[in-house]
Amino acid sequence: MKTPDDTPIHTALADATFRAYREAVIRLPPDVLKVIGRAAEAETSPVARGEFANILKNIEVADELGVPLCQDTGIPVVYLTIPPDVPLTQSLYDAVAEGVRRATKEVPLRPNVVDPLSRHNTKDNTGAGIPAIHVRPGDKFTVTVLPKGAGAENSSRTAMLLPSHVYGIEGFVVETMLHAEGKPCPPVFLGVGIGGTFDLAAALAKEALLLPVDTMTEFEQQICTSVNKLGIGPMGLGGDFTALAVKVKTAGCHTASLPVAVNVQCWANRHSTVEVKR
Amino acid sequence: MSTRPVQLRTPLGEEVLALHARDRVELSGIVYTARDEAHLRMQEKGIPFDPKGAVIYHCGPVIQENKVIAAGPTTSARMNELSGFLIEKGVRGLIGKGGMGETVREQLRGKGVYFAFTGGCAALASSHMVLKGVFYEDLGMAEAVWVIELDRLPLVVGIDAHGNDIFGAARTNAERVFRSYSATPCTGRQ
Repeated sequence: MKTPDDTPIHTALADATFRAYREAVIRLPPDVLKVIGRAAEAETSPVARGEFANILKNIEVADELGVPLCQDTGIPVVYLTIPPDVPLTQSLYDAVAEGVRRATKEVPLRPNVVDPLSRHNTKDNTGAGIPAIHVRPGDKFTVTVLPKGAGAENSSRTAMLLPSHVYGIEGFVVETMLHAEGKPCPPVFLGVGIGGTFDLAAALAKEALLLPVDTMTEFEQQICTSVNKLGIGPMGLGGDFTALAVKVKTAGCHTASLPVAVNVQCWANRHSTVEVKR
Repeated sequence: MSTRPVQLRTPLGEEVLALHARDRVELSGIVYTARDEAHLRMQEKGIPFDPKGAVIYHCGPVIQENKVIAAGPTTSARMNELSGFLIEKGVRGLIGKGGMGETVREQLRGKGVYFAFTGGCAALASSHMVLKGVFYEDLGMAEAVWVIELDRLPLVVGIDAHGNDIFGAARTNAERVFRSYSATPCTGRQ
């Protein structure tokens, strides 16, 4: 009898996770590169232009040498899309974890995952509940890896606003960046989750980071403009670009609630999707 | 980007006192990485290298087979309360991201500077680095003190020895903008 570890699905998913992780930490998606490039040209502060020059050079060097863009290779956040004929079993979770362990050794990744209380490092970027795996049904079998760095994650916030204060959402997002200053490695991407429940708003905020960032709705653009008025600039050194894009995802919510979450993402909005070939 | 960057080599001396916030610098020579754990141990057990004119890099790199793979800066503010003793012992430069608090700004006055290196630029950094040694390897890859030789790492002076602080200026400005903007109530503090 086959053990779950050597079924074709397990092997293919572990391999796809490894490849998605490697790609995500080395190369940024095209839409992310596009908005960084546009901002680098438009920035007017000399110090900030120097920061953009380093960022563009870094993107080039990482690509050329095949090394991670940032030494904080993040904590693994994984989105799986599974077609009807793939059973949702523990084996899928184990396969993703195996891909993460392999990426840690071979890319290599910095071992970032620790026990939250003892702070003991697991040394392979897995742990209880980590990689965080979100599964949804779909036509294709795909794995998306979103490695999340701590500087930006630590600046993220969730709040339960008054339902009559819809106009306060923008202020909450702007205030989040006021408190964050240079810590999340601006210019940032801001994923904003609005509605749902306390936990769903945060999940939406993170998923919003996967949306195309080279277009914004009028609402998203307005929040982005207000954030940029703070003038925090690249790395908190002052400048025109504190945020490169704001992306919003919404869900229905209780009539008496207005959950809002802001997931802050550094300029390196890393994520990669790979189709699992069976 | 009009003027050419100032060329500096470690160990640093009084030349750092002439630097001004916003100056671009290319730094060469030995630097020592240190994060929270290394600072705590150095404070307790002494500094394992000569601190005179030394430069500390707030960084937890990825090292593989004695090579620096990725070595961008970490958030310096975590070391706000842990840097005074190093400056006292002769450290002339700190490199990191995000700036440091008022305490460090005052500690650097007349003694040294804080250099900002672009966060997330770990590949660029490693292309300017050669690994020379390590202290405190038992603290793990991210927290160990790695001895690294730099070849013209592009930096900007974030805090100078005269009390000028670009981060502080940006922060003050952002607070002023926010005060005038947030006439509307509710920013998550009901």
